[in-house]
Amino acid sequence: MKDHKPVVPGWFTTDDEDFRLLGTRCTACGTVFFPRQDTFCKNPACAGTEFEELKLSGRGTVWSYTNAGYRPPAPYVSDPDVEWVPFTIVAVQLAEEGMIVLGQAEPGITVDDLTVGAEVEIVPGVLYETEDQVFTTWKFKPTGASA
Amino acid sequence: MTREREVVVLGAGMHPWGKWGRNFVEYGITAAQAALADAGLDWRDIQYVAGADTIRNGYPGFVAGATFAQALGWTGARVSSSYAACASGSQAIANARANILAGLVDVALVVGADAAPKGFFAPVGGDRPDDPDWVRFHVLGATNPTYFGLYARRRIDLYGATVEDFAKVKVKNAKNGLHNPNARYKKAFTLEDVAASPVVADPLRLMDICATSDGAAAVVLCSKEFAAKRTTNPVRISAVSTVTPTFPSAVIEMPDIATDSSAAVQPNDLSFRASLAHAAYEEAGLGPEDLSLAEVYDLSTALELDWIEDLAICGRGEAEKLLRDGATEVTGRIPVNASGGLGSFGEAVPAQAIAQVCELTWQLRGQAGARQVANAKVGITANQGLFGHGSSIIVTR
Ligand SMILES: [Zn+2]
Repeated sequence: MKDHKPVVPGWFTTDDEDFRLLGTRCTACGTVFFPRQDTFCKNPACAGTEFEELKLSGRGTVWSYTNAGYRPPAPYVSDPDVEWVPFTIVAVQLAEEGMIVLGQAEPGITVDDLTVGAEVEIVPGVLYETEDQVFTTWKFKPTGASA
Repeated sequence: MTREREVVVLGAGMHPWGKWGRNFVEYGITAAQAALADAGLDWRDIQYVAGADTIRNGYPGFVAGATFAQALGWTGARVSSSYAACASGSQAIANARANILAGLVDVALVVGADAAPKGFFAPVGGDRPDDPDWVRFHVLGATNPTYFGLYARRRIDLYGATVEDFAKVKVKNAKNGLHNPNARYKKAFTLEDVAASPVVADPLRLMDICATSDGAAAVVLCSKEFAAKRTTNPVRISAVSTVTPTFPSAVIEMPDIATDSSAAVQPNDLSFRASLAHAAYEEAGLGPEDLSLAEVYDLSTALELDWIEDLAICGRGEAEKLLRDGATEVTGRIPVNASGGLGSFGEAVPAQAIAQVCELTWQLRGQAGARQVANAKVGITANQGLFGHGSSIIVTR
């Protein structure tokens, strides 16, 4: 079996049971960061330098969505010999964190399956594979509920 | 109006947009010479050269001001080079203006030129997980049109916009571009043409999205005293806004994969794009009701509609109505992209914001030919690029 490796280390849990994006929170002002921030706080009114890791919400609502009708250029990894199948990209609002996070939708989910305001959950997925490794990432999957 | 803070656009010039296959310096020199001729000046009269950088043409592109100065012939002029993504041209204008307003120089030349690659803009090479521009391509496959698609979809789901509205923007801008000798595409398009083009980033099709182009634009800026001896009807730059976003920025913007968090601090009422225009209005002492026309950064057709609202020309969700009513046509109440916009030009990154000012200059002088906006007195530009860069410039006469 191929070795599984996160596409970027430290950005999400490797536990498929409770899969979450991992961010950090400034202990001084409470601002949340994803991608994680570990050295300085981007709140101009805060001089915080201490950050704690936190799991971001496992569900959010669709802020918007689109797809990739054409093969994106490198450094996106795809096999140029395989016919291009558009993937869907979703911008998801996380209420508690007060932020919007982008991600690909699960394979098979098209723009017709989505609507602004619909609920999605964050699930583990595969970005691409090489001969000996599987690079994992996060994906969004509609729950069927509208928020 | 804050008249004492104005500089004059004494000359404007461009090299036509297209895919010419030549060096960006050639385009820049053509535009510079056209602007100098328009100003009635010799290159040796220029005291300050502000170049807008291109990052896709090697070292000469990173030091564009010096590259153009050397190509025109070293004269000992002061020089600067600016990179600010799509707002590079505006930052070059801002540099020249600041030097003139500070009384350090009387007259400056601003030049931006690009020779662009084909297809999507991609990040520069190498594995760089700390660079958001690399991350969004590698981890998400998120190109620039991805973001335009997200914004466009929101207009449909929130405001009831249709893909036909977006196509109408293309049809309008293509019609304007027909009359612009510097535009790349001088061809009329129909709604059916747009609908027949392939989907790039749903709901946007290929003809909704601006291409990349070669091109160059230049302006000669000077103090009012310098201009007084040379023109009786000066076109003036009354505001140059190049503000950053404010924390927390709540709209997902290129190249980020997440917004700032508003868990601790509430976002500003004004979005980043709206704040660019707001700062320009404040600086000029003018408001949207004073505008004769607007040149906005229609990287996509739908984005033109966002900009109309960001400029406070109408409320949120009302731009489609203006478009459908014909208000944004050259003959309408508030013409938008009379030049033909990026839809007719394609994007030549460091030249584009300067080209917007060229168009407003010609419009305000009454020299815009068949695309002339009647009695144009006040024009605004709006532009946004990656990494919190953007600009809005107000030109008056
Ligand atoms: Zn903080």
